[in-house]
Amino acid sequence: MRVNMTVNGRPQQADDVWEGESLLYVLRERLGLPGSKNACEQGECGSCTVRLDGVPVCACLVAAGQAEGREVVTVEGLPEYAERRTSGDAGASALAPVQQAFIDAGAVQCGFCTPGLLVAADELLERTPDPSDADIREALSGNLCRCTGYEKILDAVRLAAARTSVSGEAS
Amino acid sequence: MDFLRPADWREALAAKAEHPDAVPIAGGTDVMVELNFDHRRPERLLDLTRIGELGEWESGGRTVRLGAGVPYTHIIERLHTELPALALASRTVGSPQIRNRGTVGGNLGAASPAGDAHPALLAAGAEVEVASVRGTRMIPVEEFYTGVKRNALAPDELIRAVHIERADGPQQFSKVGTRNAMVIAVCAFALALHPRTRTVRTGIGSAAPTPVRARAAEDFLNAALADGAFWDSGETIPPAVAREFAQLCADACDPIDDVRGSAAYRRHAVTVMARRTLGWTWQAYREGEGRAAACA
Repeated sequence: MRVNMTVNGRPQQADDVWEGESLLYVLRERLGLPGSKNACEQGECGSCTVRLDGVPVCACLVAAGQAEGREVVTVEGLPEYAERRTSGDAGASALAPVQQAFIDAGAVQCGFCTPGLLVAADELLERTPDPSDADIREALSGNLCRCTGYEKILDAVRLAAARTSVSGEAS
Repeated sequence: MDFLRPADWREALAAKAEHPDAVPIAGGTDVMVELNFDHRRPERLLDLTRIGELGEWESGGRTVRLGAGVPYTHIIERLHTELPALALASRTVGSPQIRNRGTVGGNLGAASPAGDAHPALLAAGAEVEVASVRGTRMIPVEEFYTGVKRNALAPDELIRAVHIERADGPQQFSKVGTRNAMVIAVCAFALALHPRTRTVRTGIGSAAPTPVRARAAEDFLNAALADGAFWDSGETIPPAVAREFAQLCADACDPIDDVRGSAAYRRHAVTVMARRTLGWTWQAYREGEGRAAACA
């Protein structure tokens, strides 16, 4: 079947999609967007987290046909998505604030879980700009990381929140 | 494989009547796992996510009519006052990503004995609204679970909504697992006090082939509370009564040994959860929550 959806702000069409296929497979194998990672295929690890009509979901658990006509944001579209949210239009930022914070805080080791964590963390900061540690732990509880022990990831989210609130006060 | 995409409820019923083998899919948190792992290759999927009414709820006089497609996140955020046990249970489902997609309708459709919503529905009191082109019927939730991952649906029927009694007193939910997130229950327990009728109701998950109520335990506690005029006095429940109640709850279980826990552990855990949830709910009742209803 054919599936039409908006991915990272652009209309996309995938052909010859098998009806039992996941949105994750369509993104990675048919639309050339391998940022969302394929690991557990059962919603346990969160490494395929994307926004579906704004809501964070595991792309491996969304049937491709369920994404028909919907808006999807993947890690590849995160800089533009975050920029549009803060300034109203999509500029040329290479990285979303949460991505820069992950780099600066040393929150990336092997990097496999990172795309899902970035999408989940960005959504948390959109909803809760000044999150408590409990808020961060809860928001990221569906994303597994086997390298970092999470401490640097928590640091990164705190850093992104602090930077966003400073730049928000300045403007 | 066919992907059926009904635009409204009538179309969905027509599609299910024409293709009783079609597997309904909403949040996909169970069905997609089976597809991804090649455990299931249905001829047809029946996507219910286009049907707006399934994602809605209405609060009536004594019940909340919860559309089968309302995600757990909405129950936590918007229905925690009316459906406290279900909201507490919803908080323990999977992860934020799973709660954004998973639904009570899906929990009922899958009918896993470990489904988190079941104990809360049993304790609160609920009826499942199921429909087909032949008509609509209401199934008390106790009768909905018929076996391990089996329910009372006919092949041409779909779950439309669940009618859950609004809380008239304190409710609690407790679940045993290895961590807070992403855990399939080792076992779970829900307790609801119903001051209006001066009764208690229980729900036990993952400790028998189906979710069950501990009816003998309920009868015992109802009688003990009535005999001691506890609903009027709000006195502390004697430890011996709580212990007996907890033991009768464990007696209602028929657990198995599996990778998540042994049968003996599950029985023991149910006694602990029964005693604790009774303590918590009765304390809340003593402190006034629900006492007004009892006196009215």
